Amino acid sequence: MSLKRREFLGAGAALTTAALLPSAAFAADTIKLGSILDTSGIFDAYGKPMDQATRLAIAEINANGGLLGREVEIIDYDTQSDMALYSQYAQKLTRQDRVDVVHGGILSASREAIRQTMRKTDTLYFYNVQYEGGVCDRNIFVTGVTPTQQVEVLVPYAMKKSGPKVYILAADYNYGQITARWIQKFVEDNGGEVVATDFFPLDVSDFGSTITKIQQVSPDLVVAPLVGGAHLSFFRQWAAAGMNTKIPLASTTMGVGNEHKVLTSAEGDGIMVAYNYSQELDTPENKAFKEKWKAAYGDTNGIHELAVSTYQGIMLWAEGVKKAGTVDRDPVIEALETGVSIVGPAGNIAIDPQTHHATLDVHIMEVEDQKMKVVETLNQVAPVDTQAVCNLQENPDDNTQYEIEI
Amino acid sequence: MDISFVILVEMLYAIASLVLISAGLAVVFGMMKVINLAHGEFMMMGGYATITAVGLGVNVFIAMLIVAPLVVGLIGLVVERLVIRHLYGRLVDTMLATWGLSLVFIGLATMIFGNTTTGISTPIPGFTVGAYQINGYNFFIIVMAVVLVIALYAVLKGTRAGLIARGTMQRSDMAAALGYSPDRIYMATFFFGSALSGLAGAILAPLVGLVPTSGGAYIAKAFITVIAGGPSLIAGLVSSATSFGLVNQIFTFAVSPVIGEVALLIAAVILLRAMPQGITSRFFKGKL
Repeated sequence: MSLKRREFLGAGAALTTAALLPSAAFAADTIKLGSILDTSGIFDAYGKPMDQATRLAIAEINANGGLLGREVEIIDYDTQSDMALYSQYAQKLTRQDRVDVVHGGILSASREAIRQTMRKTDTLYFYNVQYEGGVCDRNIFVTGVTPTQQVEVLVPYAMKKSGPKVYILAADYNYGQITARWIQKFVEDNGGEVVATDFFPLDVSDFGSTITKIQQVSPDLVVAPLVGGAHLSFFRQWAAAGMNTKIPLASTTMGVGNEHKVLTSAEGDGIMVAYNYSQELDTPENKAFKEKWKAAYGDTNGIHELAVSTYQGIMLWAEGVKKAGTVDRDPVIEALETGVSIVGPAGNIAIDPQTHHATLDVHIMEVEDQKMKVVETLNQVAPVDTQAVCNLQENPDDNTQYEIEI
Repeated sequence: MDISFVILVEMLYAIASLVLISAGLAVVFGMMKVINLAHGEFMMMGGYATITAVGLGVNVFIAMLIVAPLVVGLIGLVVERLVIRHLYGRLVDTMLATWGLSLVFIGLATMIFGNTTTGISTPIPGFTVGAYQINGYNFFIIVMAVVLVIALYAVLKGTRAGLIARGTMQRSDMAAALGYSPDRIYMATFFFGSALSGLAGAILAPLVGLVPTSGGAYIAKAFITVIAGGPSLIAGLVSSATSFGLVNQIFTFAVSPVIGEVALLIAAVILLRAMPQGITSRFFKGKL
């Protein structure tokens, strides 16, 4: 028997529909959410909780009846901490799986590896990570904090507690360099003075001479955007020299990888940081989030800021879809650009229409007994660094990552 | 006045840590001519052995000074029996084999301890000199380096075992003719060298955040120090560690820590251009 193409397709469609019938509560076709994260390899400490957060968010959306009456389905790929796999899986997600939205990417390098693929295929993309700022692209939404959102809040607080003379120790790559410039700007704006800035390659782990130099200059405050395992030594050596009780210390990075749990309380106590999220936040939303996480994964140890950003990113997207009444890219972008906001575990978070970044709450915290104690909350801090260079309202075709001049 | 004392301590500390980092390699590479690219990983394992032992309730000094060298020495012994002993005299082959070993050790450490930063805090509190705070642990490192150098000298120069080891490294056929088994002596020497690497990793562990790839940070400095030291084991180790430590600290204090590292590397290039056979090929000739 010869089967005509048209008949075959018809039969196929009928079969597919039949296969989907058991989940009759939802409309026939699912909404596809692509997730692309490193859940193995050297960045898995970041990626695994982000993946768990993605699943938690989607399970919650589906439990509440899905989106537009349709079930949301996750299509996920593990990029194994390998940048080459990002472009490969991005092609697969957009051209083969034809997903409606993509959430993911961890390092800036991975984001840049897939951003253009998303743009070319008109696939809406959410990047839910703290990064150096400056990406200007109408197709992307960024829900993590940028340097100014932390520094603008942290520096005045720390200076008020200590004094105007500030010493900066920063990691020697784009994040550290850019952040150090912002710190300098906000120190000067607050009537202070940066007495010295030292940059350290990522593998430097001996800070003995630096600690002596700091004492020679005797600043009122040390601000340390240091990154990674080797730089963790600084906090340890600082405490070993007994300096932690003499000069106050602030950091924009300590704690993202739960470093405050590696340092003993004697070493870590008193370090000032500013983040969008802390497990210790005392809000009903955070408590509910932690309960849900615990029910799904046993304990709450894994939750970190990036996981919460991912959860909030998905919820913001869902809000945009509801508002637009469709998952098509352009209406969803327009809906999100009206300044959609949600109240997530980290507080209120809203899309900034001008930059597609997020306006969010920043919490000043002090490390106490291996926990982050929230001291002060600043509501709705805007991403002013990216706002300075990026205006998607006026220039919607922009497609650049700006290096922000200060 | 205080500041000069503090800077002096920092300089001695820089020299001492170079001595510690390089001592194990000086034995394995300087004496045995095995290019041990897994030297950094031996140190990393020393650090993990210490942290694990402390976690199990062992006193931190016992963990550092006894447990870690023994554990790493035993690992070295296994490695020597399985791999290195087949490669004596084949310089380039040892390089390839130990590079493979270093990857294996990093992989194993990642599997066992996970790819996260761990560490212990320093067991000695800081103290005050005039207006300055000094890390008390620096003194411990300086003392340990001095003790190590003296002990190394005493063993190699003063004991029969040291004499036999030195003799075997120079002419293993002669040692064999005199009734000693070069195979055994190489094995023992490699054990000793590995144990020294483990000790160094253990002593430096409280100062750093340890990850499975930590070894990479030490390997270059260790090789530079040993190669620039030249043919004499101890005189070479001490003289090159002193030169590099001083250069590094002078530029660190005068300019910045990054320039300090750069200055160290430039000094190494100049030194090796002027004295390709190392410092002890011109000075301290014939010394141990």
